[in-house]
Amino acid sequence: MTQAFVARHIRIMLPTLALTVLLLAVFYMQPRAMSYLGLNLLLNLALPIAFATIAQMFVITVNELDLSIGAYVGFVACVGATWLRDDPLLGVAALAGGVLVYAALGALIHLRNLPSIVVTLGMSFVWLGLAILVLPTPGGKAPDWLRAVMTWKTPLLPFTIYASVALAVIVHLGLMRSAYGAVLRGVGGNPRSVERAGWSLLTAKMVMFGLAGLFGVFAGLALVGLTTSGDANIALRYTLLSIAGVILGGGEFTGGRISPIGAVIGAMTLTLAASFLSFLRLDPDWQIGAQGVILIVVLALRILINRTEARAS
Amino acid sequence: MSQPQTDPILVHLDGVAKSFGAVQALARVSFDIPQGACIGLVGHNGAGKSTLMHILAGSLTAGSGRIVVEGVDLTDRYGIATANAHGIRCVFQELSLCPNLSVAENARILHPSLKGWGWRKRAATLIRDRLDAVFPQHGIDPDAIVGDLSIARRQMVEIARAFSISDRPVKLVILDEPTSSLDAVLAGQLLAYVRRFVAEGGSVVLISHLLGEVLSTADRIVVMRDGKIVAEREAGAFTRTSLVECMGSMVQAEEGAGTPTKRLGDIPVVSAAPATRSATLPGGTSLLAHRGEIVGLAGLGGHGQTDMLMRIFDGAARPIPGVAVDGKVAIVAGDRQTDGVFPLWSIADNMTIASLGQMARRWLIDSRAEQGMAEDWRRRIGIRTDDVDMPILSLSGGNQQKVLFARALGSSATIILMDDPMRGVDIGTKQEVYAMLRAEAAKGRTFLWYTTEMDELKHCDHVYVFRDGRIVTDLARSELTEERVLQSSFEAAA
Repeated sequence: MTQAFVARHIRIMLPTLALTVLLLAVFYMQPRAMSYLGLNLLLNLALPIAFATIAQMFVITVNELDLSIGAYVGFVACVGATWLRDDPLLGVAALAGGVLVYAALGALIHLRNLPSIVVTLGMSFVWLGLAILVLPTPGGKAPDWLRAVMTWKTPLLPFTIYASVALAVIVHLGLMRSAYGAVLRGVGGNPRSVERAGWSLLTAKMVMFGLAGLFGVFAGLALVGLTTSGDANIALRYTLLSIAGVILGGGEFTGGRISPIGAVIGAMTLTLAASFLSFLRLDPDWQIGAQGVILIVVLALRILINRTEARAS
Repeated sequence: MSQPQTDPILVHLDGVAKSFGAVQALARVSFDIPQGACIGLVGHNGAGKSTLMHILAGSLTAGSGRIVVEGVDLTDRYGIATANAHGIRCVFQELSLCPNLSVAENARILHPSLKGWGWRKRAATLIRDRLDAVFPQHGIDPDAIVGDLSIARRQMVEIARAFSISDRPVKLVILDEPTSSLDAVLAGQLLAYVRRFVAEGGSVVLISHLLGEVLSTADRIVVMRDGKIVAEREAGAFTRTSLVECMGSMVQAEEGAGTPTKRLGDIPVVSAAPATRSATLPGGTSLLAHRGEIVGLAGLGGHGQTDMLMRIFDGAARPIPGVAVDGKVAIVAGDRQTDGVFPLWSIADNMTIASLGQMARRWLIDSRAEQGMAEDWRRRIGIRTDDVDMPILSLSGGNQQKVLFARALGSSATIILMDDPMRGVDIGTKQEVYAMLRAEAAKGRTFLWYTTEMDELKHCDHVYVFRDGRIVTDLARSELTEERVLQSSFEAAA
């Protein structure tokens, strides 16, 4: 019994542990990173990835997968760098439209019983196409207020860290602690049981996909606020990063087992892993492969822990 | 309907019918559920009990007929929401909790009023109080994640949840095989609670294959066959035999079970010592099985019988200390949904999966041989389908289980492990399978059979009783009595 208890806590702690180890390794190799500026440089790109990871997590909670989140974040970034600055009303309407399309996709997937992978894979090309229509060549300019928010000099620690903590806590409260959050997670665990208790699965899926759309908007805006200009291809790798972040953070593909705090930590770990490899002066050709190795090591550790847990209980 | 009605009627079903395609699952069923009564519902798998129950719960819509609840005709708007609003709850046979949520969160799913500040605490109190009432000393933490609980505890939570009251009333609880995963003590606690609930004016529909349970707990018993009600009487007017006769199964009296099989050869084909958790305790007796024997693994649920079967299964593939297995091993899973069927495959595919090695020709599956085997076993074991290419889920639970038996028996394995495979299977099917087991044992196969039903042990040549992961008693057929098995199972608790 105690062994199972310990194992479960290690599983919860694992994402934090991975992040700490990476952070210490980076500090060891580059002590100058241990400063306000250093941390900011290391982690500022983590915030958009964290938003995208949370968006992906909402979809994974209800046993679906979103392969369009990267293209969608790119679309939002393009809208952010053009319409949102030139014609805020049009920009806000376009972004709200994106969220509504996401909710509608959730409804479509549920009602027609379609595989979300296929639907979202198709949608990724739609978003990419729309992004290119909005901004045919890289460029544009982020609205000044967005720029101001993202470069806000907060006391003690960089803005990214405060924002990530707030993101993790708010989503944790909403999904893990609130009464309707339990229902939403229940949809991932046993949809039939939730339906029999009188809840609407359609609503739940629409809410989760809509939230994914909303957090995708946050990811795109955060990204364009940091980079100041847009590009349709700017976030294509977010699709896989966001999935990796959810899993790294202790979530599972099916069964509604997710952890918002873990997902944010997972996103930060992935960002740090990239910096860590740069500090190692690793040939950029090898970096993606090395990032994969880090992922595999952490996931292997988790499987090991799950086994101990199963054996102990 | 000339019977005197002293109690007001809670639910009145009038000519309710339902068909799935060409199959008539329910043919104009009419009966009443009075307030403050427990109705026992018995019948074969496929007799229409589950369909009737799903209609009452609102998860299926009746094809025709009327549903009247508390004097109001609700036929047109009857659904899950209406059933919930009228206090009709259901404990389904397949467990329907969310495994990723905690016990308290699962309670919240059923009670929309548990929200706002402090809902977690209120949900925990609600479910803990009810668990305390139904299963004293249950030892279940409301914050525990359901997926981490044993199957018996999950069932306890589900039952307690069905009886829990918030702003939604509880007037009728339908229990479908509620004791299938509970041991004798817990089952007794549940049935006692059902009586208390009924005495306080609630109604219960109890569906069970354990006729003793139904006879002792229900006020009235309704017997179903082929989608119709064939008998409805006071429970006292039935006996075990008359109930079985009404169900129309081909069960003969229990004596038929007693013919011993012959032990073929003196060298055991299986010998296995239980895995000991601690070094200080001796491992207890080892399990021995010979060719042609049916060996029973008895005791309370979850005391190491399944672990033992898995050890033997693993022992056949790679050396494990303390386990010696001579021959190929096949297993018949008890938990159909998780360990047994491939839900998206056809009946034939499900049946032949263990034998594909023998049917391969130049690395490809010989589809004619596959079809032949499936057809052959469909006839031999009597699977009720016209076409083995139909999806496995088109079969009723009992028939799915037959497919799993065919999978094991059709393979070349000489040792068959059975992990409580008859859970929720109707008596007719059971009798057919028992006969087949004896025939196969006579041909030299060995069966290791974990069962929670006392009647099934009577088919075994040898019974090992498990307690706390160890074998505590070893009974030959001549020594086997229900008392001795119960005694050994409970010794430590006494």
